[in-house]
Amino acid sequence: MRFVFKTDYDQDIRILKHSGYWWSYGVLLAILVAAPFLLGSYLQSQLVFVFIYAIVGVALMILTGFTGQASLGHAAFLAIGAYTAGFLQQLGVPFIVYFPVAAILTGLVGALVGFPALRLQGIYLVIATIAFAFIVEEILARWESVTHGNEGMRVRALDLVGFPVPRDSAAFYFLCLLVLVGVILLALNLLRSPTGRAFVAIRDSETAGKSMGIDLAAYKVKSFAISAAITGMAGVLFAHKMTFISPEMFTLLLSIEFIMVIIIGGAFGVHGAILGAIFMVMVDPFLTALKDDVPVLAASIASSFGMAQEAAAQLQDRFAKVGSAAGLKGAIYGLIIIMFILFEPYGLYGRWLKVKLFFQLFPLYKRATFKRQKTYVKSERNR
Amino acid sequence: MSFFTVDGISLQFGGLKAVDNVSFSVAKGEIFTIIGPNGAGKTSIFNLISRLYSPTSGKLLFEDRDITEVPPHQIAKLGIARTFQNIELFENATMLANLLVGRHCHATTQLWQEMLFLPSVRHAEKAHRRKVEEVIEFLDLQAYRDKLIAGLPYGVRKVIEMARALCSEPKLILLDEPSSGLNVEETDDMSFWIRDIRSELGITVLMVEHDMTLVNRVSDRVLALNYGKVLASGTPSEVQAHPDVIAAYLGA
Amino acid sequence: MLDFIQQLVSGIALGCVYGLIALGFVLIYKATEVVNFAQGDLMMLGGFFVFTFIGLMGLDYWLGFLFAVCGMAVFGMATERILVRPILGYPQFSIVMATIGLGYFLRSIAGMIWGTDDLRIETPFSAGVLKIGDLVLAHDKLSVIVATVILCAVLYAFFNYTRMGTAMRATSENMLAAYYMGIPVKRVVSLIWAISAAVAACAGVLLAPITFIHSNVGLVLGLKAFPAAVLGGFGSIPGALVGGLIIGVIESLAGFYLPQGWKDIAPYIVLLVVLVVRPHGLFGPSMRKKV
Repeated sequence: MRFVFKTDYDQDIRILKHSGYWWSYGVLLAILVAAPFLLGSYLQSQLVFVFIYAIVGVALMILTGFTGQASLGHAAFLAIGAYTAGFLQQLGVPFIVYFPVAAILTGLVGALVGFPALRLQGIYLVIATIAFAFIVEEILARWESVTHGNEGMRVRALDLVGFPVPRDSAAFYFLCLLVLVGVILLALNLLRSPTGRAFVAIRDSETAGKSMGIDLAAYKVKSFAISAAITGMAGVLFAHKMTFISPEMFTLLLSIEFIMVIIIGGAFGVHGAILGAIFMVMVDPFLTALKDDVPVLAASIASSFGMAQEAAAQLQDRFAKVGSAAGLKGAIYGLIIIMFILFEPYGLYGRWLKVKLFFQLFPLYKRATFKRQKTYVKSERNR
Repeated sequence: MSFFTVDGISLQFGGLKAVDNVSFSVAKGEIFTIIGPNGAGKTSIFNLISRLYSPTSGKLLFEDRDITEVPPHQIAKLGIARTFQNIELFENATMLANLLVGRHCHATTQLWQEMLFLPSVRHAEKAHRRKVEEVIEFLDLQAYRDKLIAGLPYGVRKVIEMARALCSEPKLILLDEPSSGLNVEETDDMSFWIRDIRSELGITVLMVEHDMTLVNRVSDRVLALNYGKVLASGTPSEVQAHPDVIAAYLGA
Repeated sequence: MLDFIQQLVSGIALGCVYGLIALGFVLIYKATEVVNFAQGDLMMLGGFFVFTFIGLMGLDYWLGFLFAVCGMAVFGMATERILVRPILGYPQFSIVMATIGLGYFLRSIAGMIWGTDDLRIETPFSAGVLKIGDLVLAHDKLSVIVATVILCAVLYAFFNYTRMGTAMRATSENMLAAYYMGIPVKRVVSLIWAISAAVAACAGVLLAPITFIHSNVGLVLGLKAFPAAVLGGFGSIPGALVGGLIIGVIESLAGFYLPQGWKDIAPYIVLLVVLVVRPHGLFGPSMRKKV
């Protein structure tokens, strides 16, 4: 167990608190950089999706985790970023230009959403963001001159100052990794500065924040704008990865998936966003495995235990039927959300911290350290 | 030049007059206390001064400047800080984080500078931290620096609330019932700190208090309120001897 | 003119459907400050229950209705016991997400058990129309309007004039204090979920002749009922009905008079405008913390 002896204010300001972190994050970064050369193309592709979801996760973390403004409309911001990229690309604008433009445009829209959101709290804000997302989806479907409506829009490969960067290349992977690392650093920098503290003040006690000199309106709008801008960036990368975008891809269900990222990962830190993204992207391969591999595995285990050939084949059929039932994905999503909220309120990152603490305090770890105090409903209307 | 004047201020909620034509003046470097029974309008006056409420009539003058229309988040920058009767700290943050928020009105860094965490931002952060440490040393809160507020006892939270107000380097501090919920020893400490705030830090103190021993020990002048109206005003002994105040609040 | 009235009435009927579902939201919110995103799916399940009783088991309509409502009440209590009770009191966001998860789960399971085709049942309201002059009102829509008004009135009286209703409102304000005052909080919460699920079942049964029974009906209608509940102000029973009516009428008129596509977003635009002007909905309480 490491004890950090503080002699300098810098130690509290630094992002990586002690040298141990340099090693562990360094190794992680090295693995990620080496990954495209070691993994197959399917896993590399999945990792790119993890990065994109993680970028949105960080954006949501800034808005919901730190400023306390719940938003179920981030799919709309992703769409705005994606369509801006597609539209400008068709006009011949280079990537270097349309990437920041998409971010800024989405940020402006986010600021616009932030204004009416100033007076809304809790469930009203959630519904307002849902309403906003629906309106954006409908606009995307109707504004055919720009978005080609429901037909969708083809997005050509990214063109980085003359070098084409196709969606499956290692270069695209590194681009996404670079954006993710940049966004993470940006978020962490925000959090250790007055703006980040103002965000947390808005979440915890608006009255106290007002008395300390925090202009609530300005900071709420800033939070929305930053969150939207980052999601816009992810939108550009998303458009290039999918190479084809249409309004049906940006539904409420996608917004819920993003919220699931931070709930599953843990809403209060960058680690949560990344872990949540990994989890969410892994659900699809998990389902295919459930459909294809698990029945065979079950049958082989059963027959190795001495079950008759016929019975084993029947068992395999049974598993296969469950695995390929339509709508299984929905049931699994639902179960995952419920399980996490009931049993892992701090998310995957919380579980990681508990495991780490277990090893640090071995053998003195006590489960009750993280026991949540029983709370009673206290009306949130008087916040 | 008057330091702080409340001029004929009234606050009405529908038919209820919470504050009814109250006027008083606080001189620079004074410790001024407002006393009165519950519901007399004392906290309402504080909320009016920190602009969480808007008065139905009357004026507020701070250093000869009319602050009646100033939005609440600019009050801290003008040099007025306050504590809250039911503590409004950030429960899930460390004490240090809470105190650093108190420095917000002195923040000079821009958003884009903070996102890149330029050396100027780092420099500013260290300066803020230095000021916060001075306040921590003044109030003896070193032990609680990295502790989450949620786990701290009530008495400590009250002191941290005061520390957060001090971190904004105010010229006038509003203390709302600083000794409520504190035991005798803690109230003693509080009285020393209030006097030190005035003498060492040069901050004028305006406070609401129920504990008459504390009021007598630290106050220069006292204002007694009842049903939103002023009953008496003067030195502590004058006000305590006033027949109206005895009838309404202190008892024979 | 006749067209306008026809659309208006159609909108009122649609609005009553939204209002019924919004009523379910508001009930649970009034007692526990939980927003149940799965309310539409409870309605869907109610429809499936009634299909099982009437369509598969061949029971009489009213008997099947009764059984479905009672069955859903029990299901509501079970959901509360398993899902809601452990997480009551935690930040509202967790509970909202938990109910979203529940909604996903119910939709998928219903699809797996009853299949994904549209199902129909025989009801006394399926056919038959009322003719007032040139106006044509279908019986199924009328039954929805009548039932909604009755339910709203009954529940409003319940919340404001009975002891249990007051106990529920107290529980939502401050559960610990409610415990101390001798209110059987756990029973109160179970009861409100049972009532809410029963109301959802009524909605499901009455809607069966109009929208038919399939597993996505809850999501589609629930998503429209949300703005209705928010528009009226969460926590207000007449507000739920009024909100539902406004959304229904706007949707109906927008579908008739405005170009295509506006029908779906007009209610949302109205919602945003109302929220900007009145952040707590039309009849919502505007409270503020006393510091």
